[in-house]
Amino acid sequence: MLQFDFMRYAFLSGIFISLICGLMGTFVVARQTSFFTHTLSEIGFSGAAFGIFAGISPLLGMIIFTMASGLFIGISGDRLSRREASISLFSGIFIGLGILFLSLSNKQSNYATNILFGSIVGITLSNVYSLILLSLLIIAVVAVLFRQLAYNSFDVIGSQYNQRNNLLISIAFLCLLALTISITAQIIGSLLIFVLLTIPASAAKYFTTSLWKMIGLTTGFSLLGIWLGLYLAYTTDWPVSFFITLIEAVIYGIALSIHYLQGKNQAHTRSTQL
Amino acid sequence: MKTIIEVKDLNLSVPEKQLFKQLSFSVPANKLTCMTGENGVGKTTLAKYLLRSFTKDDQHIKFAVKRTQVQYVPQLRNIDDEFPLSIHDFVALGLHRSHFLWHSRNERQLLKKVLAETQLANIQKEALGAASGGEKQRAFLAQALCAEPKLLILDEATASLDKDAKHKLLQLISKQVAEKDITVLFITHDNELIARYADYELILSAQQGKLIERERATDAAI
Repeated sequence: MLQFDFMRYAFLSGIFISLICGLMGTFVVARQTSFFTHTLSEIGFSGAAFGIFAGISPLLGMIIFTMASGLFIGISGDRLSRREASISLFSGIFIGLGILFLSLSNKQSNYATNILFGSIVGITLSNVYSLILLSLLIIAVVAVLFRQLAYNSFDVIGSQYNQRNNLLISIAFLCLLALTISITAQIIGSLLIFVLLTIPASAAKYFTTSLWKMIGLTTGFSLLGIWLGLYLAYTTDWPVSFFITLIEAVIYGIALSIHYLQGKNQAHTRSTQL
Repeated sequence: MKTIIEVKDLNLSVPEKQLFKQLSFSVPANKLTCMTGENGVGKTTLAKYLLRSFTKDDQHIKFAVKRTQVQYVPQLRNIDDEFPLSIHDFVALGLHRSHFLWHSRNERQLLKKVLAETQLANIQKEALGAASGGEKQRAFLAQALCAEPKLLILDEATASLDKDAKHKLLQLISKQVAEKDITVLFITHDNELIARYADYELILSAQQGKLIERERATDAAI
């Protein structure tokens, strides 16, 4: 399997995608903005379609669209991103725009499926380079702003009063999220990116209460999903994003069951102690 | 008397309601002052306005401290049962000024000291979401203390606590005031706590404020 260039590229990309999903996913889940993340990936889809239509690269189109939305939401207030009506509205408008741009650009419909669901066959060396470069950029910014982002994400109300430049930190987070979505879309597709940004971190929080362990576990769960997904996709010729979502769903199911059983156990010990 | 906040002739209103008219008061430094008043009189609004006034250069308000030396502990926090972080990691969020990934030796020592002072050391590894109301409030206090504030504003920190937890929290806070260079402004309307712990009471009513000195009631008096 590894004799093919695109498989090697995909496995290598998986490492970097897991690293940024480990960092960003932990914060996304802490902020309880999973649905907004979903919207942002749909905005990414229309950005990619715009990129094709305008003759710039789909990646650049995605970055422009998601960054602009991130900035808009950041400036107009985080609360907007939690309002269900505005989320539905944005999702709808941007999917519509995506379809419009695709039809205007006269590309075949399989281009749309590529953007929406990802494609491992399509990965080129230059894709890998841009992914690694942008991932390193995200990791570097998160490293410098780590404590500020952690405070801003895990204690939304406290940081609002006690952290300097808290609004700027929120905007920085949304821009980082926009970038993460744009670059991970290449493998898993814009429609399913939010799976990697929400499910592994949601599972990880049932296993540990330490921030760093949470990030580590999230990264591990993402990498497991991507690598095993790639292997299964290679052997079965089924879409990789199907396997990735399935694996993440299984991990989450296991985490939830363990959590449930532990809770039952604890309740049992407590009642026997009484 | 040394003061930490001085307010002079402040008018404050929210849409369709004048909260304060020509409000003047001062908050004594190094003391525990309880800010009291009926519901809706504007205690929280005033506290938040005071915090915002740092950036606006308001001529009606003078602080003897910098904004970074003030910590505000809000009444409501969105910490639900599934909140993922341990008490230790939540309190450590208060060390948010540095850009280093790891805590320095000094920061670790400060964290250890604060956790001990707030009696959280034994349960620091437990999930904050599963902690009791009193433990949560102590964790909020501990997080604020990590910033080593000169002025601490607590908004109804005891509102949802039972009697024991309330007294435990206020004893910890009084001890901080006695031992450190710290001023506490505590928004409350719990008469029992005011009688027992307040050095001063700032009474807000009818758009005005009045500061009175309190004699602390002893155990026997309650």
